[in-house]
Amino acid sequence: MSEIVLQADGLTKRYGDFTAVDNLNLTVERGEVFGLLGPNGAGKTTTILMLLGLTEPSAGSVRVLGLDPARSPLSVKARVGYLPDQVGFYDQLTARENLSYTARLNGIPRREAATRIEEALKRMGLGAVMDKRVGAFSRGMRQRLGLAEILVKRPELIIMDEPTLGLDPEAALEFLDMIRSLRSEGITVMLSSHLLHQVQAVCDRVGLFSQGKLVLLGPVDELARQVLGGGHRILVEAEGDADLAAALGRVDGVLAVRREGPARFVLDAASDLRAAVARAVVEAGGKLLALASEVPNLEEIYARYFQKEAANARAT
Amino acid sequence: MLAQPDTAPGAATLAGGARREGSPWTGLWAVVAKEMADYLTSARMFILELITVIAAAGTVFTATERLRESVGQDPFLFLRLFTTGRDPLPAFVGFLVFLVPIISIALAFDMVNGEFNQRTMSRLLAQPIYRDALLLGKFLAGLFTLALVLTTIWLLIAGMGILRLGVPPGGEEAARILWFLLLTVAYGGVWLALGLLCSIVARQPATAALAALATWLFFTVFWGMLARMLAQAIRPVRFGLPSELLALAQMEQALTRISPNTLYAEATVALLNPEVRSLGLVLPSQLEGAILGAPLPLAESIRLGWPHLVGLIAAAILLFALGYVLFQRREIRA
Repeated sequence: MSEIVLQADGLTKRYGDFTAVDNLNLTVERGEVFGLLGPNGAGKTTTILMLLGLTEPSAGSVRVLGLDPARSPLSVKARVGYLPDQVGFYDQLTARENLSYTARLNGIPRREAATRIEEALKRMGLGAVMDKRVGAFSRGMRQRLGLAEILVKRPELIIMDEPTLGLDPEAALEFLDMIRSLRSEGITVMLSSHLLHQVQAVCDRVGLFSQGKLVLLGPVDELARQVLGGGHRILVEAEGDADLAAALGRVDGVLAVRREGPARFVLDAASDLRAAVARAVVEAGGKLLALASEVPNLEEIYARYFQKEAANARAT
Repeated sequence: MLAQPDTAPGAATLAGGARREGSPWTGLWAVVAKEMADYLTSARMFILELITVIAAAGTVFTATERLRESVGQDPFLFLRLFTTGRDPLPAFVGFLVFLVPIISIALAFDMVNGEFNQRTMSRLLAQPIYRDALLLGKFLAGLFTLALVLTTIWLLIAGMGILRLGVPPGGEEAARILWFLLLTVAYGGVWLALGLLCSIVARQPATAALAALATWLFFTVFWGMLARMLAQAIRPVRFGLPSELLALAQMEQALTRISPNTLYAEATVALLNPEVRSLGLVLPSQLEGAILGAPLPLAESIRLGWPHLVGLIAAAILLFALGYVLFQRREIRA
């Protein structure tokens, strides 16, 4: 049985009449990478601030590593690393000086801190610029410096707010790799983002926020089944005569056929029907060029979910 | 880890408000050390020190020119280094009345909003420290920096005095100068707390600096005039009776003492001029039997300036407390 690292019960935050987070229930287990998704202003940052004890909830309770962040903020903050949205550093200080200030605030002994800082900076690929002023750092370097700062603490849980926002694709991929390597060390990671394909690439489970409510929760493929219905999607490239599409539609278990190009079809299927589809193409006298099972795309789940919501709203 | 009984969430929130884990001053000295290091290496500090040193050297040099003639006659020669001016230069204390507020405001105006603008605030508060430690650490770093600068200037003046006048300061003179140093730091503390308050209220450092300087300008230039007008409105002179005139003068003095500048200037007079026996109004009847011109002992002079010193410290604490309350309630989102 795995240990629960983070637990929110009925967590609510109101600003006057506006409810930023509405009755949130959530648990995250040790070693998981959890993604908080949602459009801007859906309540992701507010949730994170409440989990850290930086903002007081209007109702409900939070347990982080078994502690209440409002009641024992020092123990929680000593064991949880937080990478804020667009992290800032003291520009006039060097990378090493910035981190050694944080280490002192954490009460890490000086000599111990020096070795940990060097280690963390090297791991984040900042070894060569350790003694350069942070003022000259790029956005990606600052983000990595932020993660290095967190590693100096040796945290059990890391919470990141929009970690890849504003990074170029290469830097973002590198950053996602670093998140994966954290998971392999058993560190629990929670990250918020609206860049879905990146979240999908690293997260074990995701929660989808909409207007302060957590509307979907689970692993990506499970969400796909919930939202997209069938869940399996097969991509076929085949040349053949006009009734090829009809032949594909007759395969048992195929729910829908869409023609996306002259020789390109997308099938929604109840299960993985690749073998049956291949046979159908050949039997119909077509030339099979490619056949692939498409991983359900979070972006699509997201778009489809909000379409359904809008349709429901119109219906009622 | 703390062993805590599992209580209902509501009860936990209530109890959490009443007693917090650990000391509120965890990390205080780390903040003080970092902020002081920043100040002492900053270009801003260098400029301020340069101005102060030039003002001190200029005024004290001209003071010694005049004082050389009276060596041996004046028992408080060293105190005169601070209070003697020669046209067109005012005395060094005259400079201090406006140099200290400007230095203090310059140190404090971006203490809190600077962290927000650099986007370091949320990262800082995600570390295991309370906001108390951060705010007090910043204030103390400013105060220590100010004290360091002033102490250096004091020593420079003393050194120049010994070199140019050829006599060392006596014990009582040294004590009076040290009390004066303490008074000046307290005076700086008021403006430091004001600057800190402005930096909490205003999001932009420039706005905070302007607001703090405007307050200073108000007390330096306008408060004196305003105090006179207010006093005339509250205690109007209808018949020209002496009691009316006395009441008016007392009201005006009470009002001007709201200004930290007045408090500082009056207490300075008490500490550096041992002959001064009262900072308020003196009626001829009260002077009966007094030996005019005879210096007061140190303890009496301190007693004279004591309410002023306490008033300055109280004002600093009040301003700091106000800033503290505002900062604790501030939503940290950046």
